[in-house]
Order: sequence, then structure tokens, then C-alpha cells
Amino acid sequence: MSDRHPLFKPLIFVGGIVFGFGLGFSHMARPEVVLNFLQFDDLGLPFVMFGAAIVSGIAFALLPRIRDAAPLTGDPYERRLKPFDRNVLVGGAIFGVGWGLSGICPGAAYASLGVGNVTILWALAGMFVGAYAQGYWRSHSQSRDTSPAGAD
Amino acid sequence: MVADPVLLQTAADLFPNGISRYAVGGLLVGLGTVLIYIGTGIPAGASTFLESTLSYVSDQSRFQQYVGSRDWRLVFTAGIILGGLAFAATFQSGLVTSSLYEPGTTGQLYEVAGVTLWMTEVQPWRLFVGGILVGIGTRIGKGCTSGHGVCGVGSASKTSLVGVLTFLTVAIGTAQVVAALGVSP
Repeated sequence: MSDRHPLFKPLIFVGGIVFGFGLGFSHMARPEVVLNFLQFDDLGLPFVMFGAAIVSGIAFALLPRIRDAAPLTGDPYERRLKPFDRNVLVGGAIFGVGWGLSGICPGAAYASLGVGNVTILWALAGMFVGAYAQGYWRSHSQSRDTSPAGAD
Repeated sequence: MVADPVLLQTAADLFPNGISRYAVGGLLVGLGTVLIYIGTGIPAGASTFLESTLSYVSDQSRFQQYVGSRDWRLVFTAGIILGGLAFAATFQSGLVTSSLYEPGTTGQLYEVAGVTLWMTEVQPWRLFVGGILVGIGTRIGKGCTSGHGVCGVGSASKTSLVGVLTFLTVAIGTAQVVAALGVSP
């Protein structure tokens, strides 16, 4: 981990640029457009999420059959599988209220800053406050949380 | 085949901005994810950045698990911001046009140094309060729209499918209630 391939961060950067460009192009970086979907005024959003999921799904299915390990990390190709527990429902519901109120999610908020939406700093500040609050709470009640696996 | 005018009208009502900008944007989001996955084997999500970045400034034990990934997550987020700016400098500015891109009418456009930028009209309190809940919920719920919605669903993960169904349903209910209460924008 300490001596990663010199192309590791450049590739992450390029991947992020394509990812962010896509969020801009699809207007997911605009809270209004997300809210229009949630209010059934424009049903385009699922084409973004499921379009992206299909593309990544093809890679997740194919790569483990083609190669044993990723060239820049040596890590095996694995799917993103997280254990299910009550947190998925509780956290998902809290996220849902926040997403429905604001029309913005983390990746789209970063891209929104890029398209010039300075006002989105309110949402980013809120996200850090929220992430800190849950981290503080969980750091001080470890016994409640038995799954320290990292989430994305 | 003759196109049914009723059907066409319904499609125009449901998709007033067409579907191509959404589908193309989604393909690009997927492509960015795949580029990173091919090189590194990492199915990257966006919300872990919130906690991994907090590990730079906070000693809370919850954030320490992300010390090893915090540097590249910062790079990933910087890339996403720059990607948004690249979109603004091209399609949003009208420098590049395509029949696949529908500019729409939301928010407010303004110009800086020849680049057309965009600003939301959604009220700051909605963004801030919603943001707090997004920060709490994505981290407790093990993922956001990219971690669960793109990588998890792409992995056919049952946990992620349930997660997406949960936040999507609750978000629709919330947005409908907020709109019904007359809060706009």
C-alpha cells in the first residue's frame, strides 16, 4: 500500500474526471433535475444510475475471468458485496430523506462544485457535519457496530 | 410504422428533456468507474471520501480505518470536480454541441472568464439540512448512489439492491411531501 504503482493516482484522477463529466452531462449535478425526477416531472434519472450500473456490471463480471489481479495494485478483482444488516435500511432511509429534501448526493455534489454551483458548499458542509456526527457516535459506541467493513 | 401521437405525447410528458443526456451521462459515470476498477480492482464510491477526509483532522476511531485510502479518495474527488468543470467549459458553455445533449432550463447561468457556469436555485437550508442527513445516512447505510447504486447494483449485490430501493422510495416520498407543502425551489 505504501509503494503503489506510479500510475495509481493518475488513473484514479482520470477516472474521476470521466465520472464527474458524466454527472455534469447527465445534469445529476443539478439538484433541480434530481428533484424533478423524485416529483415525477422528468423520469430520466434511472437511465443514469442503471446505465452506469450496467457498464460497471459488465466489467465486474468479465475482469475476474480475464485477469487474476489488477495491474496497479495487485489486488484481485472482486465484486462490491457488503453484508446486509439493519444499518442498510436505517442509513438508506436517512439518506433518502436527505436526498429527497436537497436533491443532491455526494458524487453529484462534488461535480456540482465543478459546474460552478458555489451554493452546493452548503450541502457539502452538511455532509461533513453528518459524516462527523455519525462517526463520533459510532466511535463512542463500538459495541453496537459489529461490522467495521469500509463502505463506499 | 406510424408513431402513435398519444404515445409520443406521453413520452414527451415523462421525459421533457429526452433520455439521451441521461443515458450518455450514465455511460460516462460507468466508464469512469470501470477505468478505476480495471487498473486497481477498486469499485470506488463517492461518499467514503467524507469520512476518509475527516481522518486528516479527527482522531475518532471510526475514521482511522480510512487512513490508507484517504489520499487516493481525495484525488478521486478532485477528478470529479474537474470533470464537472470540463463539462461546464464544453457543453454547458455551448462550445461543443450535440443532438444527444439537451441543455434544459433549470437554475441560473453566469459567466466567468468565458466559461458558462451554473448555480442552483434550491434554497440553502434544504441543501444544508439535506446534506447533514445524506452524510449520516450514506455512512450508516454503507453506501450512496454511486457505491450502492452503481457499483453495488453492478455487482448484483442484494444488500445494495435493498439499499437503493430503500433510499429511492424514501427520497420520492420526501420530495413529494416537501413539494406538497409548497416548498419551492
